[in-house]
Amino acid sequence: MSTFTIAWRELRNLFLSPLAWVLLAVVQFILAWMFLASVEGFRGNPGGVSGVTDQVAAGLFSIASIVMLLVVPLLTMRLFSEERRSGSLTLLLSSPVRMSEIVLGKYLGLLGFLGLMVLMLLLMPLSLAVGTHLDYGKLAACVLGMLLLVGAFAAAGLFMSTLTRQPAVAAVSTFGLLLFLWIINWLGQGDSRYQGVLHYLSFTDHYATLLRGSFDSVDVAFYLLFIVTFLGLSIRRLDSARLQA
Amino acid sequence: MADYNAKPLVKVEGLYRYYGARCAVSNLGFTLSRGEILGLLGPNGAGKTSTLQMLAGNLAPSAGAIHIDGIDLLDEPLAAKAKLGYLPELPPLYPDLTVDEYLDYAAALRRVPAGRRAAAVANARERCGLKDVGRRLIGNLSKGFQQRVGIAQAILHAPAVVILDEPTVGLDPIQIREIRELIRELGKEHGVILSTHILPEVQAVCNRVQIIHKGKLVFSDSLKGFAERMDATSLVLECRQLPGIKELQALPGVASVEKLDKRRARLRFAADADPAEEIATLAVKGKWGLKGLSPEYKSLEQVFVELTTGDEPDAEPVSAAQSGVQPRQDGAPRLTP
Repeated sequence: MSTFTIAWRELRNLFLSPLAWVLLAVVQFILAWMFLASVEGFRGNPGGVSGVTDQVAAGLFSIASIVMLLVVPLLTMRLFSEERRSGSLTLLLSSPVRMSEIVLGKYLGLLGFLGLMVLMLLLMPLSLAVGTHLDYGKLAACVLGMLLLVGAFAAAGLFMSTLTRQPAVAAVSTFGLLLFLWIINWLGQGDSRYQGVLHYLSFTDHYATLLRGSFDSVDVAFYLLFIVTFLGLSIRRLDSARLQA
Repeated sequence: MADYNAKPLVKVEGLYRYYGARCAVSNLGFTLSRGEILGLLGPNGAGKTSTLQMLAGNLAPSAGAIHIDGIDLLDEPLAAKAKLGYLPELPPLYPDLTVDEYLDYAAALRRVPAGRRAAAVANARERCGLKDVGRRLIGNLSKGFQQRVGIAQAILHAPAVVILDEPTVGLDPIQIREIRELIRELGKEHGVILSTHILPEVQAVCNRVQIIHKGKLVFSDSLKGFAERMDATSLVLECRQLPGIKELQALPGVASVEKLDKRRARLRFAADADPAEEIATLAVKGKWGLKGLSPEYKSLEQVFVELTTGDEPDAEPVSAAQSGVQPRQDGAPRLTP
């Protein structure tokens, strides 16, 4: 109950700031440009091995993940750091609300916004359905992968914003963590001893599987575990802030 | 009038709070009953804010127990917080929201049922003088109005206990009067705890006073007992023709005389004597050309110095509630050195 109250407020607060609108517009413009480029590329070489869904849609979702890597830290940085700095977190802390409800509410509110971004991204490949046949199963796998990916980004960002009162510090550390998990499998390519671990921890590998259209519960579980872990850490962190601060 | 036989609304026992090795609050204990307005007085850094933060569940105590209306704040934080309204030093506002949006959100967080929310918000707005600003952005309001919004969010769910941390800071004199009136009003149905370092504030609204110094309770009494502490023991006499020192010294009740300038002299007298009336009579009789005769009240600082460097500096302060004595409005027992 309180969770959804907080989530709804958080989502509406996002739209009260120009940041959300500007991000939506800029991201949409950049992705639309990329979408047009890949449609043009496909038109020049329509007889390739892979179909339109693979080449255009999966390609777009693959690039969009990098854009999200840049965008999500900007959205998560204010979640808790700004509230702690301005003192407005007190409103939540002195209300009859659990710490878990506060964290979950804020997370779901942000997830609602990111869901909207994914929806706007999805609309572009969907528009191709007017002129051609799309593989909707693959498209669904792409959307699921993207939602899980931004969900994981957001959970990590939310945790980072509980660590500091400076939004900029939260954004930079979130970006650092996400980029690190992005490139973690660059190391140990030839070494089988830790290749497995590094590949499991990598964001890219799990995402790539879903983009290929293969649904593996290991990949889904990876993202869900990642999200639960960081939300749990955030709750613990805020609880201990009450003891220390 | 206040019913002091009721179960205490707030009961604090053996409260400690450490920041690292520094002890901010040390062995604090007091109670608050319905209908009481308790003023927490102390110099800056005395531990007032820490104490209120702990009462509001925003800060975990290092040791001790807090009961709100019989519910343990540490064991059942949700049930206890539902009975609390808290205005921190910095009002917890969202500048991007309108007053109505903000209060509605606060009411939802405080579990006011959706059907009664609009009425609760309207009521709080009315009581805090926010009737005409409901649709304005909080960020665009003046400091005084923001402070009122902060008070409104603390009272909109009709909590049993209202905790206000320096509620009149940054307000203009008219607003201060209005807020004090509001606090007195609140004190009729709720228990109110407010912190301040402004002495007249306590005298204007509180019916009980506690002084905290370096995290310790050094004084706990009714306002009347407190007023006695503040009582004057000196007068400043101003005449066109000041009589000789000797003449003044001979006045009944006067212990010592200090000449300030050609026209003014300070007369000290014993705590139980008040020679003002007789001095006035003599001044008229002797044609001194009396221009002024004003009692000199002790400043807060003087009272602090007295309380903290008193006869028995190490004596453990015992509040009326701790010792089992119900505090009375009239002449409550003086308990501190």
